[in-house]
Amino acid sequence: MNLIAQLEAEQIAALGKTIPDFKAGDTVRVGYKVKEGNRSRVQMYEGVCISRNGGSIGASFTVRKISFGEGVERVFPLYSTNIDSIEVVRRGRVRRAKLYYLRSRRGKSARIAEVVNTKPKGE
Amino acid sequence: MRSGVIAKKLGMTRLFLEDGKQVPVTVLQLDNLQVVAQRTPERDGYSAVQLGAGNAKAKRTPAPMRGHFAKANVAPKRKLAEFRVSPDNLIEVGAEISAEHYLAGQFVDIAGISLGKGFQGAMKRHNFGGLRASHGVSVSHRSHGSTGQCQDPGKVFKGKKMAGHMGAVRVTTQNLQVVRTDADRGLIMVKGAVPGSRGGWVTVKDAVKKPAHPEAPKPAAVRVAAAPAAEVAVEGGEA
Repeated sequence: MNLIAQLEAEQIAALGKTIPDFKAGDTVRVGYKVKEGNRSRVQMYEGVCISRNGGSIGASFTVRKISFGEGVERVFPLYSTNIDSIEVVRRGRVRRAKLYYLRSRRGKSARIAEVVNTKPKGE
Repeated sequence: MRSGVIAKKLGMTRLFLEDGKQVPVTVLQLDNLQVVAQRTPERDGYSAVQLGAGNAKAKRTPAPMRGHFAKANVAPKRKLAEFRVSPDNLIEVGAEISAEHYLAGQFVDIAGISLGKGFQGAMKRHNFGGLRASHGVSVSHRSHGSTGQCQDPGKVFKGKKMAGHMGAVRVTTQNLQVVRTDADRGLIMVKGAVPGSRGGWVTVKDAVKKPAHPEAPKPAAVRVAAAPAAEVAVEGGEA
């Protein structure tokens, strides 16, 4: 392992985050720390994960939701210290790693079927 | 004036800080960085330290250089560089400099050989605008425009910016902030990008455009204790 990969692995271990196993198509609820003045609170953001990007410390994921009739996408760094929690709400059955096709769909056609008989990884 | 250091650029990563900030950092490594020679005002007319970094095979080191390293009683080095210092900041020959030479929050200037780009056009090399996409321009959309005047002067002035070889020159990036240091592994993490390729050698100096850090170790942060023993072992292995 080269030193950069080693440093990244050490930092991931030091951050001590528990990240659930999730992938594109899953509905996730992300608790994001928001700072207002000198007070901080946790804001929940729930939507469909449409992509997972990158690896190691640089990994990120994109969550899409429809907010007041308008599509909203947010990209979260997976290991960000601003992320309080990630919770998988629902597991979706999809055939792609990137669900960018959802952007051009609305309503019924933008649904994702739920996976039945999931086997949680690593438990 | 304090000595700088020679470092090897390992690559870039990011750090997540407790306050939620992300910092892009370049990781630099001090690889067996030792003082190889001193330049003194009495002998050379100026004061400086010559540092050496990395490990070179003694077999592949030219004999005159081997003599030079032997005089300092250090193992052959891959990279040598001289740093001007004030006479009171001269470091004794053979001392190994540690990463604690720099403190977190301090500003440094880093010089390295930039990535070579080969032969490039005027648009990429000098940020020229190129020609228009339409209005009768054909073929030469990315060309430079005029290169001068008419019959008088009748020539292109020297130094005219034109297409040519780009990159692979020594570049200094000023005022980079040191984010973290790791003395055990000899690492310095600097915020932002540093010129050069991964594995390339760079020189790090205190920033010239910022006030000197009051607590910066003078003349240098020297590695002691276990380091000399390890050095002897390395030399013994190569002999």
